[in-house]
Amino acid sequence: MLKASILITMGLLCAGTALAEEGGLLEANTDINSTESLQRGARNFMNYCSGCHSLKYLRYNRLAADLKIPDSELAKNLIFTSAKPFEEITTAMPADSTDWFGKQPPDLTLMARERGVDYIYSYLKSFYVDKTRPFGVNNLYLSGTAMPHVLSSLQGLQKPVYKNEKDPHGSANMVLVGVETMTPGAMKPEEYDQFVRDIANFLDYAAEPIKATRQSMGIFVVLFLLVFFVFARLLKKEYWKDVH
Amino acid sequence: MAAAPESAGTGKGLIGWIDQRFPLTKLWKEQAAEYYVPKNFNFWYYFGVLSLVVLVNQLVTGIFLTMSYKPSSAEAFASVEYIMRDVEWGWLIRYMHSTGASAFFIVVYLHMFRALLYGSHRKPRELVWIFGCLIFLLLMAEAFMGYVLPWGNMSYWGAQVIVSLFSSLPVIGGTLVEWIRGDYNIADPTLNRFFALHVAALPLALVFLVVAHLMALHEVGSNNPDGIDIKKYKDAEGHPLDGIPFHPYYTVKDTVGVAGFLLLFAGVIFFAPNFFGLFLESPNFEPANPLQTPPDITPVWYFTPFYAMLRAIPSAFGTQVWGVIVMGAAIVVLFFVPWLDRSPVRSIRYKGPIYKVMLAVFSVSFITLAVCGMKPPSGIYPILARICTALYFAFFLLMPWYTKFESVKPEPERVTGHA
Repeated sequence: MLKASILITMGLLCAGTALAEEGGLLEANTDINSTESLQRGARNFMNYCSGCHSLKYLRYNRLAADLKIPDSELAKNLIFTSAKPFEEITTAMPADSTDWFGKQPPDLTLMARERGVDYIYSYLKSFYVDKTRPFGVNNLYLSGTAMPHVLSSLQGLQKPVYKNEKDPHGSANMVLVGVETMTPGAMKPEEYDQFVRDIANFLDYAAEPIKATRQSMGIFVVLFLLVFFVFARLLKKEYWKDVH
Repeated sequence: MAAAPESAGTGKGLIGWIDQRFPLTKLWKEQAAEYYVPKNFNFWYYFGVLSLVVLVNQLVTGIFLTMSYKPSSAEAFASVEYIMRDVEWGWLIRYMHSTGASAFFIVVYLHMFRALLYGSHRKPRELVWIFGCLIFLLLMAEAFMGYVLPWGNMSYWGAQVIVSLFSSLPVIGGTLVEWIRGDYNIADPTLNRFFALHVAALPLALVFLVVAHLMALHEVGSNNPDGIDIKKYKDAEGHPLDGIPFHPYYTVKDTVGVAGFLLLFAGVIFFAPNFFGLFLESPNFEPANPLQTPPDITPVWYFTPFYAMLRAIPSAFGTQVWGVIVMGAAIVVLFFVPWLDRSPVRSIRYKGPIYKVMLAVFSVSFITLAVCGMKPPSGIYPILARICTALYFAFFLLMPWYTKFESVKPEPERVTGHA
């Protein structure tokens, strides 16, 4: 009975695993414990993204403390606005920027928790040339994206790859299946992958600054509870000796 | 000077001083040290104390969350992020509370399942069961309102869907929904009143009902896996032969259970607080946006079995109220279980094969309904949900017949074994 009960409990707990399916995204393989990667990601974000995207729940000095960036470096290389270090990372985008892009560039503090790091990584890798779009590019993972390909000088340009497929009614359709390099950029593909991986990693940090600490702390908590569990069991056995 | 009443304690020291004014030692003896409990409790009997542990966890972490949370539609979302980032240990308190909400339903569902296994709801424990059902009902209201508070997009749209259920009621529907929302839409007044109900009214009622649940239980004593009365055989001092004092035996045993639970609980809090998007759903990391519906509006996992029933029932005669009625009936039917079960024995150990099969079918249906409620209503899921809804009700509504007429095994005179 005990075994069956544990199995049922575990089954209920694990039902979640099967439900957590992500369709067709590239794997970012980020490492939240890599301070170097997070530092590079912060640099990349501040240089290429922060002009339009805010991180309004993250403070500059929190970022500097967590990513082990000295105050002098923070002021010199990461704060591009008139913000004080204790302030949140906001952007200079005016309210009427909606007119520029058709949409206000979203705040990205929680994007990694909303869509996942794999999504951010996949999205940044998958812009392709589409002359019908206002900025000349579209995206494999966000069709009709309002964002221009701001990293095109680094990645180069990609063109869409279509495949002829028959739909259920038997008529042929052009289906977008992927992208391929059209003109190379300043970075080699591996360099670019690392570049956007670092951004994805940094946004993962920004979405939950405590994440790395939480995990390393969790190991000690679980170890303590394991020891506590063992002693609690021994105590119970001792007391229950006289129950027949 | 009037003498202390006869019943008051005569002890010395601080305890004696208190005992002359408050029945401290008396209560301790009656409720713990000399409260006799069957000695054969198994794994399933941990979930009662675990519910209590989670309740305390929710109350304590909840109090600390209210110190930094802002119940206003303009500030709520940002205040949750403030708790997650700027409040000392705020992230831990918040994760303990959000994980605690799911843990509450896990332990309560298993606790209720235990009652169905061993007939814990049968005479004379009908009121224990009814208080329990009321707790479950309030818990659902509490969880629903708590889920709205972070004011994420799923909070908003979840509230939108659930509150608008009341609009399907004939005649009063529209007015009722407006009255609940306090506005023509889910808005600031709705958030404000849900906050008031979530942190004051419902917890108060919950604690009151939990006390009533425990008082009723201690009045009649616990059932046990054999479903037999332990008070039949007593020793010279009048204590049940198959009973042992709650303290220290079950206090030390429950400590083991609590430690095991805390291990799993901490595992989730520290390593998977989202729990694969089930405990904290990803669309809820986007602030409430009345103009943009999330791709799929799904309630949190613990509501999905009932949500699936709601969706499984098609509209008829120009109204969708039938789904709401079925969903409500799924809860209401629980209250009648003590009278639906007509078996001469309480425990599944001595019931016949039909009850075992029915309980298994019911459990599988309930879990299947939970899955159906999480999936978009297309493909196989709507029909699956209908079948499982029928099976869910069949378990309860056919119970008077299949429990009455099936052959049962003889119950033992004394409890069998102990863990």
